[in-house]
Amino acid sequence: MRSDWEIVVGLEIHAQLSTAAKIFSGASTAFGAEPNVQASAVDCALPGVLPVLNRGAVERAIRLGLALGAHIAPTSVFARKNYFYPDLPKGYQISQFELPVVQAGTITIRVGEGESAYEKSIRLTRAHLEEDAGKSLHEDFNGMSGIDLNRAGTPLLEIVSEPDMRSAAEAVAYARALHSLVRWIDICDGNMQEGSFRCDANVSVRKKGATELGTRREIKNLNSFRFLQQAIDFEANWQIETLEDGGRIVQATVLFDPDKGETRMMRSKEDAHDYRYFPDPDLLPLTIEPEWIERVAAAMPELPAAMQARFVRDLGLPAYDAATLTANKETADYFQSTVEAAGTPCAKLCANWVMGEFAARLRKANLEIDAAPVTPAQLGGLVARIADNTISNAIARKVFEALWNGEGASADEIITRHGLKQLTDGGAIEAMIDEVLAANRNSVDEFRAGKEKAFNALVGQVMKASRGKANPAQVNDILRRKLGAQ
Amino acid sequence: MSNTPLFDASVSVLRRALDAKEISSAELTNVFLDRIAALEPRLNAFVTVEREEALADARAADARIARGEAGPLTGIALAHKDVFCTRGMLTSCGSKMLSNFVSPYDAHVVTRLKEAGAVCLGKANMDEFAMGSSTESSFYGPTKNPWATGRVPGGSSGGSAAAVAARLVPLATGTDTGGSIRQPASFCNVTGIKPTYGLVSRYGLVAYASSLDQAGAFGKSAEDCALLLGAMTGFDKRDSTSLERPVENYAAALAAPAADAARPLAGLSIGLPREFFGAGMTDGIRQAVDAALVQYRALGATMREVDLPNAKLAIPAYYVLAMAEASSNLSRFDGVRYGHRAAEYDDLFDMYRKSRSEGFGDEVKRRILVGTYVLSHGYYDAYYLQAQKLRRLIAEDFRRAFGECDLIVGPTSPVTAWALGAMRDDPVQMYLADIYTTPVNLAGLPGLSHPCGFDGDGLPVGLQLIGNYFSESVLLNAAHRFQQATDWHVRCPELAA
Repeated sequence: MRSDWEIVVGLEIHAQLSTAAKIFSGASTAFGAEPNVQASAVDCALPGVLPVLNRGAVERAIRLGLALGAHIAPTSVFARKNYFYPDLPKGYQISQFELPVVQAGTITIRVGEGESAYEKSIRLTRAHLEEDAGKSLHEDFNGMSGIDLNRAGTPLLEIVSEPDMRSAAEAVAYARALHSLVRWIDICDGNMQEGSFRCDANVSVRKKGATELGTRREIKNLNSFRFLQQAIDFEANWQIETLEDGGRIVQATVLFDPDKGETRMMRSKEDAHDYRYFPDPDLLPLTIEPEWIERVAAAMPELPAAMQARFVRDLGLPAYDAATLTANKETADYFQSTVEAAGTPCAKLCANWVMGEFAARLRKANLEIDAAPVTPAQLGGLVARIADNTISNAIARKVFEALWNGEGASADEIITRHGLKQLTDGGAIEAMIDEVLAANRNSVDEFRAGKEKAFNALVGQVMKASRGKANPAQVNDILRRKLGAQ
Repeated sequence: MSNTPLFDASVSVLRRALDAKEISSAELTNVFLDRIAALEPRLNAFVTVEREEALADARAADARIARGEAGPLTGIALAHKDVFCTRGMLTSCGSKMLSNFVSPYDAHVVTRLKEAGAVCLGKANMDEFAMGSSTESSFYGPTKNPWATGRVPGGSSGGSAAAVAARLVPLATGTDTGGSIRQPASFCNVTGIKPTYGLVSRYGLVAYASSLDQAGAFGKSAEDCALLLGAMTGFDKRDSTSLERPVENYAAALAAPAADAARPLAGLSIGLPREFFGAGMTDGIRQAVDAALVQYRALGATMREVDLPNAKLAIPAYYVLAMAEASSNLSRFDGVRYGHRAAEYDDLFDMYRKSRSEGFGDEVKRRILVGTYVLSHGYYDAYYLQAQKLRRLIAEDFRRAFGECDLIVGPTSPVTAWALGAMRDDPVQMYLADIYTTPVNLAGLPGLSHPCGFDGDGLPVGLQLIGNYFSESVLLNAAHRFQQATDWHVRCPELAA
């Protein structure tokens, strides 16, 4: 990236709302049914049918609005977006145009890792309710196309950001933050493979210091964070090269080809539809009374930012830990349950385990947190035994592995069965140390000659002799005392 | 029973005959089916007549009557305008586009009337997709006015009005978007009521202009309309514009005796809009309307002039809004899932183009084109939004006027039934004839047209009563008292079977 250029990105994200029924018909929204079995008369746009708004979809929009600190419009309007396509049965999509249900709002994102990580606040323009279209199937029909209307009428919330992002990394961080949030507040399952969370990226470039935005191109339908990153990087580079070569950018809609890693033009602004938006006369304006918002607010879960602050304040966690543990609802829930089992004083130790050994083991096994074979109660029980010195960290890792492999119902059971309880009897440890010192005169001499490494070798010998069970802190203390005394 | 032939009897007379087992619903249904068979070739009031289904329904109604479970309409024949979806029966909307469409479900109105035990004889002809004022734009050919078969019955519910006028059926449903019940009622010398917007569910009514469409009733009298309308109203959660309010028993209200039998409308204040009595209507209509006003005074009503200054803007506002909504409502007729699809085409857009070009008639195409234009980028503010502003001004005019009177009365149409084909090349002239009816739809108010005489050519003249929101019973009562004192509504065209 040439350093004198600045990338400007805004995202439009379609989150499929997790209602059981469609937004304007009573048909089911379940994914994966046989084509058209979930298409009602309303979804098929039979003559004479009418839409009736599913209030569950509105409630989910209110939840998002509350989570973003946005303005929830007391009155918003459903409009018809008119265009012809076979998988759009009415010839128009019911959407919100001039008056969306959620207006403004902000979300804080964390970009990067480690030392160079920074936080940034991204502004949202709006979020509006709309219905999804069906699907056109162009294979297997001998030159004809099939239409599956199961998806037609599925509720979507289109969440539009301001052009506040300045890199692909920021765009991905924003998309991830929103992805985490919609799952956190339980309005969308976030399944990107099934299309429940889809991103369109508006990308433009400008010279650093410029105040006006460059001409944007919109990359449609990015269904993974990796593609989002790749597509924005490719598109921004292409725009910079084009401009540096004396070309100009024409406003257009483009598609990303993940195989080639390229964006290519779908249609220019000149070919853009005139959607002839107008208020849908079949639906009354959507009015949301303050009481409704209050009811929804009362049922909202603690939001990530509040939870982060609480982890720092009440559990004494470092800010980094608090942020990592609240990156998504599942991790936060898992962590909180672990602390509940282990006891609040063990919170930091729980954090270490959840972010460390547990997270690493999940990655290795390529598992989602809800599929982890170790429950929070089991992990909490394990952490409690570390905290009360029953076992060492090293032994704990073995117990964890045993729990992971289903070799016991609890840490205590495994510790007892395998006799892993830490040896804390000072006399017994001292006896072991005496034996080790007698058998390792060389190491003792080396230590006395100033080789600190030799001390570690002696500790290792004692631990080996105890089969790992001796309390390492006690071993250290006693060994140092003995070597100093001799 | 009186000497009145059964086909000319009021619903309440038929009710008594059925309940007294003087006649069965099956016999009665045959009376009407036979009359349809005899007269339909000259009138073309129906798109579909379902003889066997009707007789089966009649037998079911007879069983219900025998069980003592009959309601006011059980066993009474009716016709549905072909704009209402009827399960298992063609629902064409008078269009080639839907000439193969058999609905898998019943419209709310159809369900309600089935539940009431009414016997549906078939589907009445109409202007294509309810677009027109003459029933000439039907794919199934024009309906003829029973009073003069060389003339139009009005429209778009012309088949319903003609069928009731010719006594092919005692009752018929219709829809009224800009006058489509009231104007054909006036052309055919029958009574027709369009209730307050939202009173009757639009579910299953194939949409022309959603914010204006409202289902209503045709009958030989206000009393018959009250029975039919009463069975049609009621909240339906499937229509978001349906209003949740208690159902009224209009017929029972009419049966209540007036305090002053000689002056049953004493205390009723009638507003006469200056704008509805200026130039524009024919002399024959003016005379009939003036005579009706004299009659209303005699019944005890008082008269005062009111102003509807923006009513003259109703025609442009109405046509902009109706066509805008129509252009979008008719997008679903694309040949993909149902309806007409061109036999041959090159690609998707060619299929759309050919299917829609072949499936829609000229008037429908004209309205889709204009509607698309007024919603287009750069024109929306000048046309659509401007028309919405006019709509609010017109509603405000009525609100003010109803501060001064209970009912607004005037001619239903400035003209009587015109000759078939007379307006074919001048659609705008035809649009202008909707001047008195469209303001009512724009304001969402109830309106009724009842017979009030004939012009010099012997053609029926209708009087329009406009009420405030939910004043259907006031409208029906005024018309009923008028009809108790006059005989215009019982006059029947000479149609030797």
